[in-house]
Amino acid sequence: MAVVKLQRPKLNFGEKIYFGALIKGFFLTMTHAVKTLRGKSVGAKELASSGLGVTMQFPEQRWDSHMPEYYRGAPTLVTDEQGRERCVSCQLCEFICPPKAIKITPSEIPSDDPWAKVEKRPLEFDIDMIRCIYCGMCEEVCPEQAIYLRKDYLITGLKRADMVHDKKKLYEIGGTRVGLVNKWNELK
Amino acid sequence: MDLLIQLAIIIVKIVVLTFIVVLPLVPVSVYFERRFSAVIQDRVGPNRVGIPFTLLGFKKDFHLFGLVQPMADGLKLFLKEDFTPDHVRKAFFWLAPALTVVPALITVCVIPFGSPISIFGHAEKLVIADLDIGPLFVFSVASLSVYGITLAGWSSNSKFPFIGGVRSTAQMISYEIALGLSIIPVLLYYGDLNLSKIVQFQADNGWLLLPFWKNGQLGHTDLNTLLYWIPAFIAFLIFTVSIFAETNRMPFDLPECETELVGGYHTEYSSMKFAMFFMGEYAAMVIGSALIITLFLGGWSVGFGLDASIAKWEVFGIGIGGFIHMGCFLTKLIGFILFFILVRWTVPRFRYDQLMKLGWVVFFEAALINVFLAALILAAPQLKTVIIGIGSVLLIVLTFAVIWVAKVSEETPKVLRA
Repeated sequence: MAVVKLQRPKLNFGEKIYFGALIKGFFLTMTHAVKTLRGKSVGAKELASSGLGVTMQFPEQRWDSHMPEYYRGAPTLVTDEQGRERCVSCQLCEFICPPKAIKITPSEIPSDDPWAKVEKRPLEFDIDMIRCIYCGMCEEVCPEQAIYLRKDYLITGLKRADMVHDKKKLYEIGGTRVGLVNKWNELK
Repeated sequence: MDLLIQLAIIIVKIVVLTFIVVLPLVPVSVYFERRFSAVIQDRVGPNRVGIPFTLLGFKKDFHLFGLVQPMADGLKLFLKEDFTPDHVRKAFFWLAPALTVVPALITVCVIPFGSPISIFGHAEKLVIADLDIGPLFVFSVASLSVYGITLAGWSSNSKFPFIGGVRSTAQMISYEIALGLSIIPVLLYYGDLNLSKIVQFQADNGWLLLPFWKNGQLGHTDLNTLLYWIPAFIAFLIFTVSIFAETNRMPFDLPECETELVGGYHTEYSSMKFAMFFMGEYAAMVIGSALIITLFLGGWSVGFGLDASIAKWEVFGIGIGGFIHMGCFLTKLIGFILFFILVRWTVPRFRYDQLMKLGWVVFFEAALINVFLAALILAAPQLKTVIIGIGSVLLIVLTFAVIWVAKVSEETPKVLRA
């Protein structure tokens, strides 16, 4: 393989003297400044800017309606259309969770329950949102389609205990999800 | 008794001009820096910090366009831990921040802020010390601020601050020469070193870069003054760029360039000591722009032959002309600070050898040739045509000789691999 020597481009006089480039640079920055002040920056419309640059000013403006389908927010537990909590506390999510944010205490379903044949449901289901990294592995690993990452992104709290989502909170955010595979139903 | 009144006037002037006019300009320019850079980069910048009326039970906060942000920053720096590392040389470590702020603030004293204010027939100049060596005083004191940076770099006793300090020394020395030489045509033109008189002269006979009126009347300029615009503009360019280098502003901020030296000379500093460096840098920027405006852009003068009439305006026996001129000066100052900021966000940082080359090979020679050009134009009316011709031919030959020498002495980069 022959060595190809690349010639550096020779600068002409105008480029060497540098002032032309400076003036061009001033024009570039000032164009940006003027466009920003007029709210006409490139991409301002797509990003729903506040009218100054491309920035959306957060507490007043939310990007909720701009969120993509695949957004990964807070992990939650869901119930199905029959009102059954789908989690069977198999603890796969607890074991897969990379930052060990999930803690499950399993419990038995009593025999007089209509869903007694499912056998288990979680007694406690805590997700520590300080530890959670929103990777979505819990959703991926769940054999029961019970845990889903929703679009909630504003997880705040005044103390550490506030940041731990317990079972009640998880079902509250998750809500009901329809159209899932109902493998525990009676065969027709 | 007379002496006491004099002293009181001087103290009032020091307090008002330094602490009420110049020092607030530092946070203001920090605010402008942040907002302007944000606007250039399609962002918003600090626009939230204002007066927190909601804390007092009102419905809405008053944002004030975020103008209170610098105050919040200052408060934060006050409340931070002032950490002195174990390995530093304590005395110099503590001395260095003060040495960067103080020279910048001392130079305020020769800047004329406005035309004399007359209070009940007593005219009082709006300058703290009406020295007859204005620009020289500014140069000599301002160049002391390099001690602050160098000492900070050395006493930090760690390698990055040290390199920053050394760079700063070399840079200051190189650009001080261009700074001093570039100003000679200006001083030749005015024939005076007193800054108040220089500004008065510009108010009467046209600014150095806008010579379109004479003796208070528009359009009486002679050809010679118009021709003098060329060396004046070259001097302005060299002087402005050198001021950028003197104040360690962006295209020349080698002593503290983040990408190479972490934080440069102030890497080891925290809290208020760091804030002092910050303040010193911005104060130097304010004073530098003030000096440029005073020498080249007419200082406090409104221009276009209006100054003589403005100076006479009076309200209740107090001449307000001085205040209007002061407002004009501050407007120009803020305009120039905005220019400083625009340059910072436009021009990328120079490489160290490019910086040295620009200082020693380009600006030094250009300033020298400019001195001769200025002298030739200034002396032309008294000289015979033959002598002017010989002079201009010599000047052209000299110019080309310098360019040739600069070109020949330039090393061609060696090819590393065949």
